[in-house]
Amino acid sequence: MNLLTRRLATFPLVLIGVSSLVFFAIRLVPGDAITAMLGTEAGLLTDAQRAALQAYFGLDKPWIVQYGHWFWGLLRGDMGISVTYGKPVLTVILQRFPLTLELALLSMVIALLIGVPAGVFAATRNERAADLAVRIGAMIGQSTPSFVFGLLIIYVLSAGFGVLPVMGTFTPIWQDPLANLGQLILPAITLGAAFAASVTRIARSAMLDVLGEDYVRTARSRGAPARTVIWRHALPNALIPVVTLSGIEFGYLLGGAVIVEQIFALPGLGRMVLDAILQRDYALVQGAVLFVAFNFMIVNLLVDLAYFWLDPRIRAGGQ
Amino acid sequence: MTLLSVSGLHVGFGRDPKAGEVVRGVSFDLAAGQTLAIVGESGSGKSVTALSLNRLVDFGGGTITEGSIRLTRADGDVLEVTQADEAAMTRVRGAEIGMIFQEPMTSLNPVLTVGAQMEEAFRLHRGLAGAAARAAAKDALDRVRIPDVARRLGDYPHQLSGGMLQRVMIASVLACNPRLLIADEPTTALDVTVQAQIMALLGELKQETGMAMIFITHDIGLVAGIADRVMVMQDGRAVEQGALAEVLDHPQHDYTRHLLHAVPHFANGRAARQDGPRAGGAAAAPVLTVQDLVVRFPVKRRMFARAKGEIHAVERVSFDLVPGETLGIVGESGSGKSTAARAILGLVRSRGTLALPGADTRAGASQRPVQMVFQNPYASLNPRLTVESLLAEPVIATGHGIDDAVRARMAQLLARVDLPTNCLGRYPHEFSGGQRQRLCIARALMLNPSVVVLDEAVSALDVSVQARVLELLVDLQREFGLAYLFISHDMAVVERIAHRIAVVHAGQIVEIGDAAAVLSAPRHSYTRRLISAVPNIDRRHVRFTLDTSTVGSLLRPPGYEPPMADWVQVGPDHRARAEDTA
Repeated sequence: MNLLTRRLATFPLVLIGVSSLVFFAIRLVPGDAITAMLGTEAGLLTDAQRAALQAYFGLDKPWIVQYGHWFWGLLRGDMGISVTYGKPVLTVILQRFPLTLELALLSMVIALLIGVPAGVFAATRNERAADLAVRIGAMIGQSTPSFVFGLLIIYVLSAGFGVLPVMGTFTPIWQDPLANLGQLILPAITLGAAFAASVTRIARSAMLDVLGEDYVRTARSRGAPARTVIWRHALPNALIPVVTLSGIEFGYLLGGAVIVEQIFALPGLGRMVLDAILQRDYALVQGAVLFVAFNFMIVNLLVDLAYFWLDPRIRAGGQ
Repeated sequence: MTLLSVSGLHVGFGRDPKAGEVVRGVSFDLAAGQTLAIVGESGSGKSVTALSLNRLVDFGGGTITEGSIRLTRADGDVLEVTQADEAAMTRVRGAEIGMIFQEPMTSLNPVLTVGAQMEEAFRLHRGLAGAAARAAAKDALDRVRIPDVARRLGDYPHQLSGGMLQRVMIASVLACNPRLLIADEPTTALDVTVQAQIMALLGELKQETGMAMIFITHDIGLVAGIADRVMVMQDGRAVEQGALAEVLDHPQHDYTRHLLHAVPHFANGRAARQDGPRAGGAAAAPVLTVQDLVVRFPVKRRMFARAKGEIHAVERVSFDLVPGETLGIVGESGSGKSTAARAILGLVRSRGTLALPGADTRAGASQRPVQMVFQNPYASLNPRLTVESLLAEPVIATGHGIDDAVRARMAQLLARVDLPTNCLGRYPHEFSGGQRQRLCIARALMLNPSVVVLDEAVSALDVSVQARVLELLVDLQREFGLAYLFISHDMAVVERIAHRIAVVHAGQIVEIGDAAAVLSAPRHSYTRRLISAVPNIDRRHVRFTLDTSTVGSLLRPPGYEPPMADWVQVGPDHRARAEDTA
């Protein structure tokens, strides 16, 4: 498709921009990788040893040379070696990514399954008690920090039912789907709650706008029953802002959810990036940020394709 | 047989519908097969009355507070609409009462195909599905004379023109053979020639089906061709109702007389102004000369690609304007009349010569001798600026400061356009539509221009307000010797204000000359078509013929230059473009 190729053509440009920004930004952070890596033992190093280590990791060269080196590797699919894990960056990222992707997808499904019907329901009962209840609920969902909500869930389950979520080791979905779901469902609900609250609010306001449109009146004048008017005529027109919001939120989730990962002790992308920054693991931070940027672009592309599918007028404009 | 009987209807809006009453006691009866026209200006409650008949008003926040609406259904039962529940109303809507609306462009769902929306009516009320529904939809579109129906069914609304969409609307409403059709300003958003087509179609279909119709309009001239009875509404009350001829020829109520008087009567040029500066023979030097004005918009296939063609929006337009003269530029939407105006103000890129000689010779004339007044007075005034700031804007924009002289001019102009001088600190929302347009006029005059371009300047106003603004414009013209370029789609309005008329079609002037001459003896076939489409009380028995011709595309290959046109001199000041007689 035309739009697809045009979009893909802009990918390298964005990636080059993001990569250079990250590369230089992380080097502005005070501290150095050798100290971070060895901790207090770094103090025992002689200057010669330190220089040797720096030379080994290529950290003694000017930034611009380091950048060129790193970029050249990137072109060959080599993002370097993580100093903390001692493994290639891509391998480390791909180990962590399935969990993050699954968590993000699960949260989005929860958010859409709750948010869209709740928003539609509230819009059709505009300014009545039910609408008010949904709006208050959404407001609470949006303003409750995820650590509060997450800890609350754990507390209620453990104190009330004596159930504790499995922590520590993570079971990938291909090993045991049920155990995997059992581990992810609580963090997904935690993330999904705030997500659902935003979806509810945007779906409600979009539906309210659409329900006032002329074509909705036309459908009613034709004798269409309420459910036809709402689900067939109004909702498809109200979905565009929902898709936009979901795309942005999903993109953020793909970058990892640090707090929720921390609470539920999940080895996701978010904690990995946080650790990498604290450890001055330059290669891993650069690789991870690039990876997240790439994901974001893919999500944006999917959002655009969704617009295409949803609205024939956008379809016509792109041809 | 009485189909519909409305008595003492009261409808209100908001939390306290009694306080926010819009319809205050309307009563009428409608017999089967009869057409009732409801006429009134904006805010008169005519649309709310109509929406109450099928209770669509509920969805707009309205409540019927009092009165009864009794509908005789097909099986002979009488339904009290005001008491009916939503389920009962769902069965009535579409099946017994069909409705078409003002804006065909927004009245169809943009994400569903025309076919899908047509089929819905058949599914809902006739239980048809799949191929049977599709076939029925195709038949229905055939009935409203839509060409190439098979392809149209798969089209989305944005791919069809306004006139086409209104025909689709009519077809989908007629699908269920309703016994009552409510048409709420069905042609207001359409061009006159398209309006004539839709009116002709409605007339024919009414005869074919024998359905009753309620036709709501602000244009009393339009009613003449279609209604049996007329009801005039003002402030939520029916001030007069009766048989068509009775109301039009012997209006009893002051407001009806006022409406009939205010509605511009199109008189084929007999009402054209005779005080033109060219009348004496020797006219002053032109204040604006436009020679071979060309505006083209490139159409690109995609980014970075070469243009695949150009839209010839304005093609070799030439005219001149002398002080104190009004040139009316008449044409339908998409004809390029507004683009031409924008080009004259330098708002779009154009080719050709624009000369504004003599602009500086008058004392106090500014260096910006052309000013503009736009169509929508609600959108063309910044809501966050006070009247004083609005009037100061053009002065500041030309690099001058606000001093006592400027303030004096503000006060003088406000007084001149009949706005209180003490309104300088107020905001646009505190004024009515007519007052806002006066404000726009005052703003345009702040720089003492020699030419004022009025782009559909009175089109958004109710007829009675329209008449007063037109009078004001004529007075100002006499007083300041202004030259007007008056752009409008409305022949009757142009007849009242123009000394000369240029008829624009497909980007080109097809006929230009003295207003009376052009309107009374049109030469070009398009001018004739335009004139015959104007609804008119005086020609109420003339039947419109169905004419489905449309304007062709203005897209031409890059670099294409159309051949020079031949002109026929019709009268001393009246030229028309020669037409192919082939």
